[in-house]
Amino acid sequence: MQEQAIHWQGPGLTRIPYDLYTDPATAQLEQERIYRGPTWNYLCLDAELPDAGSYRTTHVGDTPVVVVKDADGEVYAFENRCAHRGALIALEKSGKAESFQCVYHAWSYNLQGDLTGVAFEKGVKGKGGMPEHFCKEEHGPRKLRIAVYCGLVFGSFSEDVPSIEEYLGDEICARIERVLHKPVEVIGRFTQALPNNWKLYFENVKDSYHASLLHLFFTTFELNRLSQKGGVIVDETGGHHVSYSMIDASAADSSYKEQGLRSDHDRYRLKDTTVLEGFKEYEDGITLQILSVFPGFVLQQIQNCLAVRQVLPKGQERSELNWTYIGYTDDTPEQRKVRLKQLNLVGPAGFISMEDGAVGGFVQRGIAGAQGMEAVVEMGGDTTASSDGRATETSVRGFWKAYRSHMEAGQ
Amino acid sequence: MIDLLSLCAFNASYAHAIDTDALEQWPGFFTEDCHYRITNVENEREGLPAGVVYADSRDMLEDRIAALREANIYERHRYRHILGMPLIESADDDGAVARTPFMVARIMHTGETALFATGEYRDRFTRVDGKLLLAERVAVCDSTVTDTLLALPL
Repeated sequence: MQEQAIHWQGPGLTRIPYDLYTDPATAQLEQERIYRGPTWNYLCLDAELPDAGSYRTTHVGDTPVVVVKDADGEVYAFENRCAHRGALIALEKSGKAESFQCVYHAWSYNLQGDLTGVAFEKGVKGKGGMPEHFCKEEHGPRKLRIAVYCGLVFGSFSEDVPSIEEYLGDEICARIERVLHKPVEVIGRFTQALPNNWKLYFENVKDSYHASLLHLFFTTFELNRLSQKGGVIVDETGGHHVSYSMIDASAADSSYKEQGLRSDHDRYRLKDTTVLEGFKEYEDGITLQILSVFPGFVLQQIQNCLAVRQVLPKGQERSELNWTYIGYTDDTPEQRKVRLKQLNLVGPAGFISMEDGAVGGFVQRGIAGAQGMEAVVEMGGDTTASSDGRATETSVRGFWKAYRSHMEAGQ
Repeated sequence: MIDLLSLCAFNASYAHAIDTDALEQWPGFFTEDCHYRITNVENEREGLPAGVVYADSRDMLEDRIAALREANIYERHRYRHILGMPLIESADDDGAVARTPFMVARIMHTGETALFATGEYRDRFTRVDGKLLLAERVAVCDSTVTDTLLALPL
């Protein structure tokens, strides 16, 4: 078995070797130990599989998979790879099928991924065909375990992964239920091609320290000041996190001005403030909740703007971010309009998220030639504990705790 | 009668304003209560209403330019719009409905030029005080993928 070549200085989580973002051997090992290891990977929303035969194609790490709802109402997923020569079985992003058939030699599969038909299995006019002992049951794409939680469909290649509830832990479960407590529907999908390693984006999501420093739009309109009421929750494994805050209009805030930071700008005012005008829909008053699940899922509530994001590696120095914008099925037309307008805040052109599409690339380009060197992740100390303040990198350290525990398992 | 040539001239000015960094002129191509949206063919096909940019007023377009100038952080770049011939679906003295294909190259400050977006404007033009304006422009991108970020408008 291949071993990780990157050398960590000591056991801590405060120094991150840059080689982890560039080393091809590490990328290979991540596929085996993280994506095909004991993790739950987000595949799609249950709402995207409305009928028997509804399917979507996606990836678990590099591996192409098909997610499909069978007539029994259950969701199944299997590798999107024909058992014959390895060609893709389903070519479309989504659709409805009674069964699947590989286009190459017409081997066919049922909706659970069982190989059910081999073209010319008995040959033609008594000639050719498969050997008598060929057993279709012994062939077929690998199947994933499936867990549907609050309408989120997760898949795992591992037999050892704990149940989804155990994997997430009580605190993360509660925060997912908080948002996904009633049926949702998709209102748009967009993909952002990121010029950086997948980990840089996932760390960015967990990094509550950067939010109001890099994103001026947030700060100016008092959507997300570090001194606001809020906090960071990191689960026991470190891999999942929640960052949350609530707007406190009465709290005077001078910490940015005192520090003279770039990200405060008195003169900037919107002409049309309806983009920020929302409605209260959560009793707890939380106006921002960013939640991540290891290794690549994000659930976002920014005011009334709801989305799930899927982070996928695309080689060592590229990644793909799939945005699925959602609303509740019982939204009034007015509520739906609010969500559509607030979506200006997020996505590839988002007032508060466009920088995140670029900043990972700044790191990726910046660390060229930095072999053997390390990033510093020490804001808020060296632990991965939950925190009341958000001027901390505790959830980034949590990510590395989970990452190392997967990557170093079995060494 | 709004004719093909006037739509071509309108589009040429529109592209020129964006491509020469005269972004403050851009909202002026729209009516006060305009709709502007950037989406992709798959969302359009499925009837999904969201956009990566979604505006229902000229003020929102002005705010977007203000945000680009004052708030958002992105590497310096510019676009080159190549616009095709408008396909007019209907036109009279006061308005027109047309589709115009676009190709937009992105030129980074570091020197690279790359094809950034292709697609089609789905437009509703109207005449206000004798001036041709967009009551609606939906930029429907052919690809569902945006490279890195979308800052400047299409």
